[in-house]
Amino acid sequence: MGSTSEFNRRDLVKRAAALGIVAVPAMSVLSACAGASGGGNDKVAKGTKSAKNPLAVNESAGLDVVIFDGGFGDKYAKDAQAEYVKAFPKAGGKVKLSSTQKIQSTLQPRFNGGNPPDLVDNSGAEQMDFGTLVAKNQLSDLTPLLDAPSVDDPAKKVRDTLRPGVIEMGQFGGKETWILYYAYTVYGVWYSRGNLHKLDAEYPETWDDMLALCAKAKKKGIAGWTYPGKYPYYLPFSLYPFIAKIGGAEVLRRIDNLEPNAWKDPAVKAAFDAYYELYKKGYVLKGSPGLDHLQSQKAWADGKALFIPNGSWVENESAKQIAANPHFDLAVGAPSSLSASDKMPFGTIWASGGEPYIVPKAARNSEGGMELLRIMLSKKSAQNFIKQVSSLCSFNGGTEGVTLPPGLSSAHTALQKAGSNIVNPRLQDWYVALQKERIGVGALGEMMAGRMTPDEAIQHIQKYADDTRGDSSIKKYKR
Amino acid sequence: MQHGKYRFIAGFMVVPLAIYAIFVISPFVQAIYYSFTDWTGLSPDMKMVGFGNYVRLFQDDVFWAAVGNSVTLLLLLPVVTLSLGLFFAFMLNVGGRRRKKAVIGGVRGSAAYKILYFFPQVLSVPIVALLFQFAYNPESGALNAFFKAIGLDGVQPDWLGDPQLALWCVMGAMVWANVGFYVVLFSAGMSSIPKDFYEAALLDGANRLNTFFRITLPLLWDTVQTGWIYMGILALDVSAFAFVQIMSVGPGGPDYATEVLPLYVYQKTFRDGQAGYATAIGVSLLIVTLIFSAIVMRLGRRERLEF
Repeated sequence: MGSTSEFNRRDLVKRAAALGIVAVPAMSVLSACAGASGGGNDKVAKGTKSAKNPLAVNESAGLDVVIFDGGFGDKYAKDAQAEYVKAFPKAGGKVKLSSTQKIQSTLQPRFNGGNPPDLVDNSGAEQMDFGTLVAKNQLSDLTPLLDAPSVDDPAKKVRDTLRPGVIEMGQFGGKETWILYYAYTVYGVWYSRGNLHKLDAEYPETWDDMLALCAKAKKKGIAGWTYPGKYPYYLPFSLYPFIAKIGGAEVLRRIDNLEPNAWKDPAVKAAFDAYYELYKKGYVLKGSPGLDHLQSQKAWADGKALFIPNGSWVENESAKQIAANPHFDLAVGAPSSLSASDKMPFGTIWASGGEPYIVPKAARNSEGGMELLRIMLSKKSAQNFIKQVSSLCSFNGGTEGVTLPPGLSSAHTALQKAGSNIVNPRLQDWYVALQKERIGVGALGEMMAGRMTPDEAIQHIQKYADDTRGDSSIKKYKR
Repeated sequence: MQHGKYRFIAGFMVVPLAIYAIFVISPFVQAIYYSFTDWTGLSPDMKMVGFGNYVRLFQDDVFWAAVGNSVTLLLLLPVVTLSLGLFFAFMLNVGGRRRKKAVIGGVRGSAAYKILYFFPQVLSVPIVALLFQFAYNPESGALNAFFKAIGLDGVQPDWLGDPQLALWCVMGAMVWANVGFYVVLFSAGMSSIPKDFYEAALLDGANRLNTFFRITLPLLWDTVQTGWIYMGILALDVSAFAFVQIMSVGPGGPDYATEVLPLYVYQKTFRDGQAGYATAIGVSLLIVTLIFSAIVMRLGRRERLEF
């Protein structure tokens, strides 16, 4: 060395270092998930089929289960797993269950690499996109499970023990059932019977009563409604069944199928106008557009607002704040009747499956995964689930002899009242980005904040829906 | 002496270069490769789509909203943060009233201020974001409560819920979280500037403004430039992602008012199962970053002052 080079060495090093500093973190975003080449792994051999083992599970094979550890925790699954080990003692020790909140980041590499677990609860904020999983042939068809005899009554098939709509939700246009939803969620207008009593009111069954009650509440300084403005896609929980009630379930079906001008239906306009009126008349809690779900639930539980669009998990999620008021008496209401010419009766409500379980196609022991699901769909496990997490289960029953907390028992009553008038809009699981970001944040949120009229909102949403229909990178579904 | 110089250097460099190639260069190349595929991120099954992803980028309104917001952050965040940092550091070190013995000194209590300024730095990003989220809460947050307390009942903005304000709210939190670091960094730089420079300037009758622009800033230029690049990365990368993801409506809303590039990459990969498209967005993020660093290098090049 010893020579002085042309360039200033210090400068060069400095510049190179700076470039490195700039470029590397930017790229780390990209390289976080590089596709792995598939490391094939062999399926375990099938066991012998018997009355006790209808799915022909290999009795000594291991089982690998990953559970979403969210609002429901993972204890209910662990309990079911203990039952599995009881049934197949030879598998004991090789059965493992891990729980995580980061489903996608944990499992994406395993799916990519071709060695996914045998059973997955694909839920939470990091839920893997079902459309993609199905389109890329990553899931097992659960039909063998549905056709297997149920644990409690060998004369009954598993499919006959499920609540209405659960199997359809797990299908994507074909005959195969890819997903089994384990929880059963009731969506609607959630309120406190206690707080309504303070205003000498019952849940308003017509929209005129709703407006009158809101006016009465306003005089006492209480807002009629609040909603999580940061996640405006909570609004559909009561708005979509409202649309169906006004114009018939057919309207929602057309919306789900992304049919042209589906949103231009007069029922949509009527429902939007009604909600917009809540804002116009000042019946929505001030500041709601800036609240997240916990903040709005807190304001509502504190009695600052009477109604909130939500799902049955709210009872668990807001348990602490609700407990602060011993006369709260949580209940869920179906959308009020807008007029006498509504197509569906009062009581029409949105209910559907939650906690989606899947058995990956490349799973080593897919029979074992399905068997665990079969055990979970027994009366004993369902009852255990209901008691532990105070949510209904997609297993139809299990509520006998269990004292249900007020919100859950009200949801149970609402379901019975609704009878066959249960709607189940699919935008939410078919087109997540369209539902949450475009319709929710882009239009409904803007409308309820008063920055968009119902007509503008409908126009925007129709355009978003048309864009989605025209986007070849999104798989389309029909029902 | 010259003989075999390169072989000698190369001998030392083989291992680090190999590590660099495997862990830094190869992900670059892979990412660029994936940006030409329709990879979903959920299965190894993919096919080449040529420039399809990039063509789609050009027609994607959300992408352009994200570019707009990222560039806004990139231009404004460093200016605001560094200006504030410089101002505070100058006041702490040089800007004080002249006292008997010391030629220059900071304002009274500057040691305590330094600690106070640095305090946000020890909080992790999500905590800061959450704190600000509470403050911006329109229903029970500190800001609106403050407006009420001073009698401005009519002024109750939705803050993060308002598309006109949301990005500024996020930026405010980011400035708050970062300014303390630059106060300390610039303070260190200023303390290494020889005192006699200031002495001479004071004898010539220079005021504070003059001392700042004639002495402090030129001698601190290297530090400022480093800070500029660092702040720029923050504006484009993880920090912006974390703040927007935690604080903003949607996230990314309202009306895409706070959508930024790294967040869009994340959403496309982990929500929509379109990892191939996401890497194309990532590559465009890389391009923005490179353009930024090239401009900063060019603008920042100036005579080095030795002292």
